[in-house]
Amino acid sequence: MGIAYYPGCTLKTKARNLEESAIASMGALGLELEELPRWNCCGGVYSLANDDLIHQVAPVRNLIRAKEQGKNELVTLCSFCLNTLKRANLLMKENAEKRNTLNSFMDEEIDYDGEVEVVHLLEVLRDEIGWEALSQRVKVPLQGLKVAPYYGCTLLRPREVAIDSVENPTILREFLKATGATPVDFPNATRCCGSYQIVSNPANISEYTWAILSSALSHGAEALVLTCPLCDYNLGQGQKELVREHSEFKEMPFLYFTQLLAIALGLDPEVCRFELNYGAPESLLRVKKLLS
Amino acid sequence: MSAKEKIENSSETSEKEGKTESELIPIYIMGKRYEVPEGLTIMKAMEYAGYNFIRGCGCRGGTCGACGTVYRKPGDYKLQVALACQKAVEPDMYIAQIPFFPVNRAQYEFAELTSAPEEIFKLYPELFRCVACNACTKACPQGIEVMNAISALKQGNIAKAAELSFECIQCGLCTSRCFGELAQYHMFQLARRIYGATIVPRAEHLAEIVRAIDEGRYDDLLENLKSVNEQELKKLYQEREIEPVAAGEEWKPKDTSHL
Repeated sequence: MGIAYYPGCTLKTKARNLEESAIASMGALGLELEELPRWNCCGGVYSLANDDLIHQVAPVRNLIRAKEQGKNELVTLCSFCLNTLKRANLLMKENAEKRNTLNSFMDEEIDYDGEVEVVHLLEVLRDEIGWEALSQRVKVPLQGLKVAPYYGCTLLRPREVAIDSVENPTILREFLKATGATPVDFPNATRCCGSYQIVSNPANISEYTWAILSSALSHGAEALVLTCPLCDYNLGQGQKELVREHSEFKEMPFLYFTQLLAIALGLDPEVCRFELNYGAPESLLRVKKLLS
Repeated sequence: MSAKEKIENSSETSEKEGKTESELIPIYIMGKRYEVPEGLTIMKAMEYAGYNFIRGCGCRGGTCGACGTVYRKPGDYKLQVALACQKAVEPDMYIAQIPFFPVNRAQYEFAELTSAPEEIFKLYPELFRCVACNACTKACPQGIEVMNAISALKQGNIAKAAELSFECIQCGLCTSRCFGELAQYHMFQLARRIYGATIVPRAEHLAEIVRAIDEGRYDDLLENLKSVNEQELKKLYQEREIEPVAAGEEWKPKDTSHL
């Protein structure tokens, strides 16, 4: 039996490279991702307003969809979807009054009491497959590839929904080691990419991109690995701006962890949809003889 | 003339003499009480009560979407929806018609649009104001999964949105209930247009036959028909061969010279 899978809207549009490489890789590992037959937007960002329950309806409805399928676990790939779904789930578990209000509002749905656990695909790799078992499935070890693990915010913050240590996360480092790549720790691994500031304050994005990429570069990284489509978008936009402003700026490719996984598992590189990546990471993979 | 007087004076009454009183049920049209014969549609009942439709009434067959109607029953907080031409009146219904609901309709050059999801995002950015409250689905008299179709658009799945919204008659009731002020029915129409023009495979045999017609393949046949007299034309028409309803794919007419 497969794992219930919530893709999120961005994975169906801008981040098809994240989704398709993940589905192919998990298939190869024998854990099929089964997309929920019905789902809606997760809400995009978790609403922090105390009396803003209408913005909890969207994420909770998705949790109800998983419950309807008889699933007690729902896996996501997008950091923002994970954050929004997991926090809404906490609300449903812990706040009886708001749970009742939401259940009453959605009177066309079955009641939901927080029965489904929301997990990130990295957690599935770590907890259900295991790094040792994963490394044994690797057919093309990513030898000689120096990759900086970049977490961004929403995988790790706030603490109650973090998939790993908030201060000193290692899950991406362990993942990279399992694939045979060389993890390059750097101090800005959990720094914010600027998030939705890209809309209202785009100047910040190139500043943050500079801080993140120059830090990774100075620690010897050749590429960045990430999990979040918004980080991917912002770092891409930030690099475009930096290239325009500073002729000496050296671009760094970045990839989704699932793309590295697909390459390491020896899958057809078509599933990586590299044409959707910023800065053509496949040329680096070719230099490293990981792609023909 | 009150509804009661009207029924007493109407010719229908004399036909159903003695039974009339028991068949009248009370309904409330825009808050005013009327007694109307049970079994009428909301539209007929409103006409019976003296309303004369110059808008809010179209096909009277449930397909044009002009007569979107909302109603409530006493003691029930739920808002109900119907097409006035399709729904029979029920006792104590509180009825209001919503024949039109103002909504933003994007302007576009259709020939320039592609099947990229971003086309719809740009024309209708309010799409992303959807909070998945599902009021639209509950308001649809066609039973369309409106919220799921909106979700499909957000997910860039134009084909799914087009298929889910296929039965949409553009009555606008979804839009009237939308928390995010979306123009669902216009978005769906655009999705179906893009779907039809760029996603659904072209019927190659159609292009072939159109080319053959343009090249004059059937000109002689038509000229022959033009030249015959009325009697002969009628005979030809009556004796024409018709494909049987249950014909299989292999069926061919006796005269295959025109295929």
